[in-house]
This record gives sequence, structure tokens and C-alpha cells, in this order.
Amino acid sequence: MSPSLVFLAIAALAVFGFFLGRRRVLAMEGTRIRASIHSLPSYYGYYMALWCIVPAAAVMALWFVVEPTIIEGLVLSAMPESYRAMSANQLTLVMADIRNFAYGNAGTRTPDPAIADAVRNYHGLHETGAWIVSIVGACLGVAGFAIGFWRINPQMRARNRVERFAIVVMIIASTIAVLTTVGIVGSLVFESMRFFTKYPVFDFLFGTQWSPQTAIRADQVGSSGAFGFIPLFTGSLLITVIAMFVAVPIGLLSAIYMSDYASPRLRSVAKPVLEVLAGIPTVVYGFFAALTVAPFVRDAGSAMGLDVASESALAAGVVMGIMIVPFVSSLADDVIHAVPQSLRHGAYGLGSTKSETIRQVVLPAALPGIVAAVMLAISRAIGETMIVAMAAGLAANLTFNPFAAVTTVTVQIASLLVGDQEFDSPKTLSAFALGLVLFVITLCLNIIALAVVRKYREKYD
Amino acid sequence: MLATDTQTAAAPHAAHGKRVKMKATEVEVYYSEKRALNKINLDVREHEVTALIGPSGCGKSTFLRTMNRMNDVIDGCRMAGKILLDQQDIYDPNIDVVQLRARVGMVFQKPNPFPKSIYDNVAYGPRIHGLVRSREETDAVVQKSLERAGLWKEVKDRLHEGGTSLSGGQQQRLCIARAIAVDPEVILMDEPCSALDPIATAKIEELIDELRTNYTIVIVTHSMQQAARVSQRTAFFHLGDLVEVGDTAQIFTNPNDERTQGYITGRFG
Ligand SMILES: Nc1ncnc2c1ncn2[C@@H]1O[C@H](COP(=O)(O)OP(=O)(O)O)[C@@H](O)[C@H]1O
Ligand SMILES: [Mg+2]
Repeated sequence: MSPSLVFLAIAALAVFGFFLGRRRVLAMEGTRIRASIHSLPSYYGYYMALWCIVPAAAVMALWFVVEPTIIEGLVLSAMPESYRAMSANQLTLVMADIRNFAYGNAGTRTPDPAIADAVRNYHGLHETGAWIVSIVGACLGVAGFAIGFWRINPQMRARNRVERFAIVVMIIASTIAVLTTVGIVGSLVFESMRFFTKYPVFDFLFGTQWSPQTAIRADQVGSSGAFGFIPLFTGSLLITVIAMFVAVPIGLLSAIYMSDYASPRLRSVAKPVLEVLAGIPTVVYGFFAALTVAPFVRDAGSAMGLDVASESALAAGVVMGIMIVPFVSSLADDVIHAVPQSLRHGAYGLGSTKSETIRQVVLPAALPGIVAAVMLAISRAIGETMIVAMAAGLAANLTFNPFAAVTTVTVQIASLLVGDQEFDSPKTLSAFALGLVLFVITLCLNIIALAVVRKYREKYD
Repeated sequence: MLATDTQTAAAPHAAHGKRVKMKATEVEVYYSEKRALNKINLDVREHEVTALIGPSGCGKSTFLRTMNRMNDVIDGCRMAGKILLDQQDIYDPNIDVVQLRARVGMVFQKPNPFPKSIYDNVAYGPRIHGLVRSREETDAVVQKSLERAGLWKEVKDRLHEGGTSLSGGQQQRLCIARAIAVDPEVILMDEPCSALDPIATAKIEELIDELRTNYTIVIVTHSMQQAARVSQRTAFFHLGDLVEVGDTAQIFTNPNDERTQGYITGRFG
């Protein structure tokens, strides 16, 4: 008997319970007037279906979470003395081996007798476990069905109970979301702490030298590793500023055009097209930056007698700006469109021209939303990796020259973790520290954006 | 050929000896293909309050908007006929809409102060029309307009607070001050009190009566008591037609048309 079949059966029973519950409450009411049923009949149906499926599903889900631990414990404790004396790491390997044999992933190797026994044991336990959970699940399903059935009566407040259950489900969902965030931040902080025990915080935050190559073997020379954050920060800042110089004017002007000048037909075409631009994968923008824009910038620069690296901050920033345009224009268009029509009419009614109306009435009213859009775009630019990796290079130069090659925080995180890494070398751990700083910066930006929006929001409806 | 028409139609002095300020002739308005107004002829006399009444959807707002060409900003709206302001056709291609709207101001149904300070709300119009050159002139216009709108005493210490921080009635008087600030000749008001409580409404009605000495006012209202209280002339609209126009007292006591009779006695509407 397989647990999944049992689960399907319980689900079917729950569906049946829904119809039965609905019928039952109506039938119980019999000849009396309908209005004396507390809730709509379908709530009694939901009530019964929930009783039927929730306890059974909860127990079965719990079983699948704890099953591997329990079975592995039992299998190991049944193995010969020599195995039980092994260290935890070795045991993990043995267990992996057993699992491979059990699921036929071990190729043509023949297991040694102790392992073969363990595999049989594993199979046996697995089967027993499946039986137990199936039976328990089925019993709970039927019991729930019966409880639901007996509890239904027209005075019962089925709607309130079903809705309370819905609230519980939502609380669980939001708890999961919050806990995930807390977990991620927690692990960032924890791993960063480990990094800072190997490398001083002060040197990290204010160091001007970034060269994360460290000696892997003791006999290697030359690479002691320097983890100064400043060059990465200035790189991110430089590219973000360039991107904003491209994205904000283009995005904002196209938003104004679309919301206030374009005919509805043009708008209905142009807006989706701009949004397609937002759907292009950043890697594609990356080639474009590396293969088209960067050489163009280099050639244009040398034609003007400037010394331009073939991977330049300018190329990456411009392409990133283009990438962000739809983001700015779409958000700004929404907020500009949301400025009440009555304000525009008020301005026209006083004899404003269209551009006066937009500059002096519409834009000020939309300003908080526009600021928020720009802030979000900045967060997006700071977090972007691919374009910079492809077009601006990996050289951590401390410079504000847009024609030089620079690198950013995110690119360094990616390059630190690409390939095989030891998980406790400073090189790997520094990625967590970078991630933490990046997180703090983006968080601050978002908080500022929210504060700006709040401060001005209250002024308009 | 229009000229002869104009001269006969716009005889400067109508029966009461009061000058005709605006004159609508055979005005029709279409939204896309749907006709909203049928051949409206209406005189608006100087220094009088003309009330437009009638059931919802009969075209009062539409007609009001033709008088300062606010229908121009509505997509798909088209109009035929003629509207004269002091003998001049406001739909003439040579007319600058911006200047027209400075002469014929508008106050809307829902108070719509700009998201600026009280001061800047009032100063907005004079500034865009270049009526003020210095800070002192602006201060003077702002004060005079707020005084005329009966708001000065309430806001003189908070001129630099946001216009939206005022109460609904104050906001509507701010909008009136804003319209007055460009020194218009005619003020159009579209149900200016429908979003206000009775006390704020009473204040605005009082204000309208005072404003009559300096301006010509056309007001749309759904309240017949309001029309009776503030207006000298009343026009009754029904299903896109101008059914009847006359002195307010006569319309309310002795209407000629039975549709008017039915509406004012509450039999439909
Ligand atoms: N912007 C518009 N687009 C299309 N039809 C409109 C528009 N404004 C008004 N109408 C139509 O014109 C008619 C008159 O409307 P309106 O002038 O607002 O009436 P009132 O102000 O008397 O209630 C109504 O039938 C309305 O549906
Ligand atoms: Mg109306």
C-alpha cells in the first residue's frame, strides 16, 4: 500500500465529505425554515472536508520529514559492531552507500555482506514505515470524516470555524516567509562573523586593496589575500551612477509621454513593448555590453584621444541603465497615471498648458512614487551581476574614471564562489561579508524610499 | 456670414437691461457618436448667478464645460454651435484656450487643491499667466483672493501648509480663491457643494452671492433649494435639452413646461 495512494483516497473522501456535509446540514434542517442554519451550507461542506484531510495530511507530512532520520538510525544500530564504532563522517558515507544500493544507483559494484544486510534491512523498514503511515493516515482520514459528520448541526458556526482555519493557514504562510528571511540574514551574519575572526573588520570596511587570492597549500607564495571593500564599493557606486544617468531621464520622459501625451492606442502598444524589454535575461544584455557597447566605447574613446580600457565602467553602466529603463518607466507611468484626473482638470481650468500642468502639478504630485521607483531601480542596479561581470571586468581598481575597468560587489561574490571552494577559507567566507554589506546598503535604500513615500503620501488622498 | 449672426444674436442688452456676458447658440455636444446636448440656446447675463438644474446625466456638466472649452481635453468629445464671450466666438481658431480659461474660470465638484502650499495654490494661476512680477505683488494677489473667497482669516497664519490639509469646505473655498486669483470675468461652478456638509455649503452659498458683484457666475447644482437661494436665473435641462430658462422665482413658482413642473415638485429626477 503506498502512502500517496492513501492520500489520494483521503482527498477523494474529503471531496465527498464536502458534498455530504452540505447535504447533511440541509437535511437536518428538514422541514424547518432555511434561515435557521447559521452559515451557508457550503461552509458545513468545507468544515467536514477540512476535518477529513487536515489531520491526516499533517501526520503524513510529518512522517516524511522524520522518516529518513528514524530509518537510518535503526539501520545503523542493527549493523555489526565495527561499523557502529566509526566516526560521524564515515557513517555518513556508509549511509550514502546503503542508500545508493537501495535505490540501485551503485552501478555494478557488489556490496560487502554487512552493507547488503543493511540494504535489506533498509528496504524492510522503509516498507513497514510506509504501511504504518498509510494505516495511520487512513484511520485519521476516516476518523476526521466521522468527527466532522457528527459535529455538523445547523446551530454550529461553520463559517467562523472555516474562516478561522483560513487565518491559521495564512499565518503559517507568512511565518514561513518571515523565518526564511530571518534564516538568510542570520546565516549571512553568522558566516560574516567567521570571516571577521580571520580578517579584521576595520581592514575589510576601509581597506583599499582587494585581491582575494590566498594560498591554498602552505608552500605557495605570494598570495596573502587582501579584502579591502572600498574598491568594490566605488565600482558598484560608479556603475550605478552611470546607469542612473541613463535610466532616470529616459525612463521618466517615456513615462510622461506614455501617460499624458500618447494616444490610448499607442500606449496600449508601447507599454507592453517596454515591459518586454524588462523580460530580456540580463545575460543577453551582458553580451550586448561586452561585444557591442564596450568595443564601441573603446573605439570612440581612442578616436577622441582618450585612454579607454576594453572593459569599461561606462559600457557596463550604460547597458545596465538601458536594462533598468523599463523598470523606471513602468513604475513611474503607473504613479503618474494614478495622479487624479481632477488635478489635471483643475490646472487646465486655470489656463495651464499641458507642459505647465505636467511640470507644476502632475510631477510634484507623483514625486513620492517616482522617488520610490528610482530607489528600487538603484537597488536593482546595485544587485545586478551579469552585465558587469561581462562588460566591466574583474579588476578591482579604486577609481572614478568611467573609462577604466572596475568591478562590483556582486561580481566579486559570484567569482569568489564559482568553482570548487573550501568552505572555511577567508576567500569563501569573504563572500558572505560582501553579501552582508550589500544587504545592508540595499536595505537602507529601501527604508529611505519607504520613508520618502510615507512623508509625502499623506499630502495627497 | 457669421458676423451678421453674431450681431443680431448678441444684442448687448437683454430684457432686464443687464448685459449678456456669454451666449450659447445651437450648441450640440457629442461623445464619440453619442449626442449629449441638443441645440442649446442660452444667455448668461453679467453679474448674475445662472443656475443649471436637472436630473443626473442630462448634460449640465457637459454644457458648463463647453463654456471654457474644458471639453477639449476629453477624448472623443466634439461640439457644434457657437458660444460667444462678449461677442467673440470662443471656438474661433484664433482664440487661445489658455487666455480663454483665464477669463472663464472653473470650480469643480470635488475640491481639487494642488499638492502645494495654500499660498502656492492661489499664486499658481497668476504666475503661469505672468500677472505678478514680484513677491509683493504675489502676496497682494494671494491675500486679496483669499479675502474674496472668505478664507483669509482662517488661513492667514498657515499659508505655507499644504492645501490638502484643509477641511473639505475650506479646500473648496481655496479652489474658488485660486480661480479668482487670475481675475476671471466668468466663474463656472460644477456642483461646488455636493461634497460638503451643510455648514460649509452655507458659507459657499453666501460667498457666491457676494462674488456676483464682481463676476458673472454659472453654477450647476442638483439641489433646487440651492438654485433658489443663490441664483437670479435658472435653466432646466432634461435629457440633453434645455427645456426652460427664466427668472429663478418664475421657474420655481410658475414654470411653463410640465417637465420643469414635474422636476421641481419631485415627481421625477
Ligand atoms: N467623458 C464622457 N465620455 C462619454 N460620455 C460622457 C462623458 N461625460 C458625460 N458623458 C455623457 O453625457 C451625458 C451628460 O453627462 P453630464 O454632462 O455629466 O450630466 P450631468 O452633469 O447633468 O449629470 C451623460 O449621458 C453622460 O453619460
Ligand atoms: Mg455633472
